[in-house]
Amino acid sequence: MEFFREGHTGYEDSVFTVSGLTGNIRELLEGSFSAVWVEGEISNFKRHSSGHMYFSIKDPGASIACVLWRGRQANMLFQLRDGLHVKIFGRITVFEKYGKYQLDVIQIIPVGEGNLQQAFFELKQRLFEEGLFDDALKKPVPRFPRIIGVVTSPTGAALQDIISVIGRRFPCVTIVVSPARVQGDGAAPEIARAIGQLNDLGGVDVIIAGRGGGSLEDLWAFNEEIVARAVYDSVVPVVSAVGHEVDVTICDFAADVRAPTPSAAAELVVPDKKELLLTIETLHENMAGLALQQIAGKQRVVASVVSGYAFRSMENYVQQRMQQADAMAEKLSAAAVRRIEKSRASYEKISGRLCAMDPNSVLKRGYSITSLKSSGSVVTSSEQVESGDILETTFSSGQALSVVKQVLQEGGDT
Amino acid sequence: MKQADKTFEEAFSRLEEIVQILEAGDTALEKTLSLYEEGSGLAKLCSGKLLEAEARVKKLLNDNGSLYTEPLE
Repeated sequence: MEFFREGHTGYEDSVFTVSGLTGNIRELLEGSFSAVWVEGEISNFKRHSSGHMYFSIKDPGASIACVLWRGRQANMLFQLRDGLHVKIFGRITVFEKYGKYQLDVIQIIPVGEGNLQQAFFELKQRLFEEGLFDDALKKPVPRFPRIIGVVTSPTGAALQDIISVIGRRFPCVTIVVSPARVQGDGAAPEIARAIGQLNDLGGVDVIIAGRGGGSLEDLWAFNEEIVARAVYDSVVPVVSAVGHEVDVTICDFAADVRAPTPSAAAELVVPDKKELLLTIETLHENMAGLALQQIAGKQRVVASVVSGYAFRSMENYVQQRMQQADAMAEKLSAAAVRRIEKSRASYEKISGRLCAMDPNSVLKRGYSITSLKSSGSVVTSSEQVESGDILETTFSSGQALSVVKQVLQEGGDT
Repeated sequence: MKQADKTFEEAFSRLEEIVQILEAGDTALEKTLSLYEEGSGLAKLCSGKLLEAEARVKKLLNDNGSLYTEPLE
C-alpha cells in the first residue's frame, strides 16, 4: 500500500465508479483540447452507410480515431483516402461507453494542395466566424414567384437550362436576366453588382446566381468575398447554382439555398405544373364532394320529415326546403358537369352521386324552382321579392319569366 | 378584385381556403353553393394560367444608374 501513497494525487481516499472516473477524464480531455489542429496521414478510412466517415490520423509514433459527421462533409473539396496527408481541425471527445477518445472533425484540409484551396478555407472560415453563413438569416424561397432574377452570363448554357426548366414547370412567370461575366478577371464584381441591381429593380421574388460546370479556377469568381457579401446583403432570397453537384463555393454557403446545378435551381424556385394541375383537380374534387355531401344530408332530413307523422302540418315548410335543396343540386350538377368533361373518373363518381339524389323526379311531380332573374338567388319566401321583380321559374322541362304584380304575405296584403 | 385579375398565387391560395371552409362543414347551403362556384372558377383560372402562359424573359439594363428591362432576344 505504501507504493500507492507516494503520489499524493488528492484522490487517494476516494473510490470512483467507472462512470465517474470516465466523466472526470472526459472533462479533463475535452477541457484541455477544446479545438485543435493536428497534422498526419489518413488510414483505415471507412464510409459508413449512414454517410458518416470514420478513419484514423496517424504518424509513425501514434494514431487517433477520427469521425467526420455527414453534415460536415459539405465543407470538403476533395475525396478522403488512405495515405492522404492532411491537417485536421477538430475537438477531442470521449466516447464514454467504450472508454475511447476520438477527434470530432470540424474541418479537414489536404496538405500541399494549391493556393486556391488554402484561400478558400481561410475565407470560408473568416466569413463563417463573421456570421455570413448563419442559418438563422436564411430567407425562405416563395412558393409561387412571379419575377425570377437570374445572375449569369447571357450567352451561357446555364441560362438556357434555367429558362427551359422554368418554362416547362411553371410558365406564368417573368425571368429577368441580370447579365454578368462569370469567369475571368473582374467577373466577381460584375456578379455582385448584378445581384445588387436585381434588388434595386424591385419586385423580384427570388434570384438564381450561378453558372455551368468548370475547373476550380473557372468557378473562382463565386469564391470571392465580394460575391459572398452581395449575396448576404441581398434582401431578395438568393439560390446559389454553381457548376455541378460536387462543386462547392463560398457563394453556396452565403446563399439562402444551395442548388447542385443551374437546372436544379430552376426546379427549386418554381413548382411543377403537372403536380399543380393534379393538386388543383384534387381540390376541385374535394370541394364538389363536400358540397354534394351537404346537399345529400339536407335531402335526407327532408325525406325523413316527409315520411313522418307531422307531414301535413309541415307541408309548406317541407316543400320549401325540398325545393331549395333540389335547386342547389341542380346548380351544382350543372357546374360539376362542366368540370367533369375533363376527368372521366370524377365524372362517374360525382354524376353517380347526383343521380342518387334524382332532383329531376321532384320537378316531374309538378314542383318548380323560382329564382330572381336579377341575382339568380332561389326564392323561398315572398319577403324576398318586390312588385316589378322578374322571376325565373324552372319546370321539369323549360323555363318561364314572369313579373311580380303584387306581393302577398301570409294572412293578407302588404 | 375580379377573379380574372388575381395572380396565380392569390387564386390558388383562395381555392385552398375555400376547401378548408367547406371541410369545416358549418356553412349554409346557399353559401356552400356560392363557394363551390367561386372555387370552380378559381380552379379553372389556375389551370388556365398554367396551361396557356409562356414564361417571359427579359434582360436587365443599366443606363447611367437608371434600371430598365427589355425582352431578351
